[in-house]
Amino acid sequence: MASIRRITQTLLLGELWRGLWITFKYLWKPKFTVHYPEERAPQSVRYRGLHALRRYPNGEERCIACKLCEAVCPALAITIESDVAPDGTRRTTRYDIDLFKCIYCGFCEEACPVDAIVETRIHEYHMENRGENIMNKDKLLAVGDRYEAMIAADRTADAPYR
Amino acid sequence: MGTLLALWNGMPAYLQTVIVLLVEVLAVMIGVILAVAFLTLGERKIIGWMHVRHGPNQVRLFGLPFFKGLAQPFADTIKLLLKEIVVPANADRTLFLIAPLIALVPALSTWAVVPFSPDFVLADIDAGLLYVLALTSLGVYGIILAGWASNSKYAMLGAMRSAAQIVAYEIAMGFALVGVLMASGSLNLTDIVRAQVGGALAWNWFWLLPLMAVYFISGVAETNRAPFDVVEGESEIVGGFHVEYSGATFATLFALPEYANMILVATLASVLFVGGWLSPFDGYLPASSPFAQPSFLWLFMKVLAFLFCFLWFRATFPRYRYDQIMRLGWKVFIPLTLLWIVVECGMAWARVGPWARLV
Repeated sequence: MASIRRITQTLLLGELWRGLWITFKYLWKPKFTVHYPEERAPQSVRYRGLHALRRYPNGEERCIACKLCEAVCPALAITIESDVAPDGTRRTTRYDIDLFKCIYCGFCEEACPVDAIVETRIHEYHMENRGENIMNKDKLLAVGDRYEAMIAADRTADAPYR
Repeated sequence: MGTLLALWNGMPAYLQTVIVLLVEVLAVMIGVILAVAFLTLGERKIIGWMHVRHGPNQVRLFGLPFFKGLAQPFADTIKLLLKEIVVPANADRTLFLIAPLIALVPALSTWAVVPFSPDFVLADIDAGLLYVLALTSLGVYGIILAGWASNSKYAMLGAMRSAAQIVAYEIAMGFALVGVLMASGSLNLTDIVRAQVGGALAWNWFWLLPLMAVYFISGVAETNRAPFDVVEGESEIVGGFHVEYSGATFATLFALPEYANMILVATLASVLFVGGWLSPFDGYLPASSPFAQPSFLWLFMKVLAFLFCFLWFRATFPRYRYDQIMRLGWKVFIPLTLLWIVVECGMAWARVGPWARLV
């Protein structure tokens, strides 16, 4: 009896119809896809994207060349050289981040005692030539200057949970 | 305009016939190629929807704000035609370049005998069904030659798989068509349609349902569509017979014939089993009703339904294992069709169904 049922099921394509019915139902379901450039998924204030070096409101660089970020970086993506600046403070003369080596773990940001190096929520950036993957000090400071308002707002929003 | 008309009337009758035929042939060919273009779009859209995605929705026709993605097939075609044609160093150059044409020509020339409407068929020949069978089997030469000329193991294996599969399913398909011939008593496709006159229940599917299933599934197998697309088998043979092809040769070898054959199988299934251009309401509505008239639109809707099944299968079923494909073709379909032909003989003897009017 069981074998007769099995053979009828096979000949009438029972399981195939069940599968077809499922895909047919899905044909009419609303689609989840976010139309990316026009629509965006919500983004956390903790998003770890492109790096930036920040300044104090008076324009002074925050970074004091303590090299904690260089030490903590698990991918060895950060290279720092330091010297005494004309005003007698300790400053970096070179601050390079290799974006190809970086794994965007955020340890540099956590290690920084003066909130100088941060990872912003910018994730849409690209390089067109070899060598552009090295973010030097000028480029990092430029990113920081340009997005300071956003960076500060994100840090404030996240401060209660730190 | 007047001079053109005068020129036309001044032509000898044979020249007029030739020009009219050429225009008809061009109309059918351009129609088929456009249908292929939109079928590729429809495939991506429908399979996308079944995957709960959107499918192509960026390329707009003339920048119109609606029907987003409608121009996608044209963008794809232009891209393919502009790409470089790479001929492998050790390939048989002549065959490599001719194979796509060998695949393309049968796929397009089969359309000559398809009856589109009560009064439009390019070649109303008596052995129409034989012509279709002969040409569809020719198409496999393109695939085999492409696989052989590529001088690549993967292409060769893909071509061999395709040949074995088509041989296996051609037989079942042939037997399914024998059933149709017994019901309609003619090889002429127009006569086969006319034999089914009289509403949805008078069509062949009602008495030949198993044969219709066998025919359509064999058609899916013969066009190398999912779930029978082991010929391409990305996971094993990286793309099968078309692994070495690129650009325009890829478009003419793979895309055009495959989709043209899909449309052909869908059209033949509509013509042979669900009454071609006949109206399903014929006999149920008064004969003067516009819904009871035979027309190209009925054929079009039936073809669309069958094509939707092609895409639906592709979105639903995983790929068959190769030995299971062979088992299905040889051990299930051929006995099944033979059995149903015997049943049909019984029906013909008892004068039921399509044989009732023979008496």
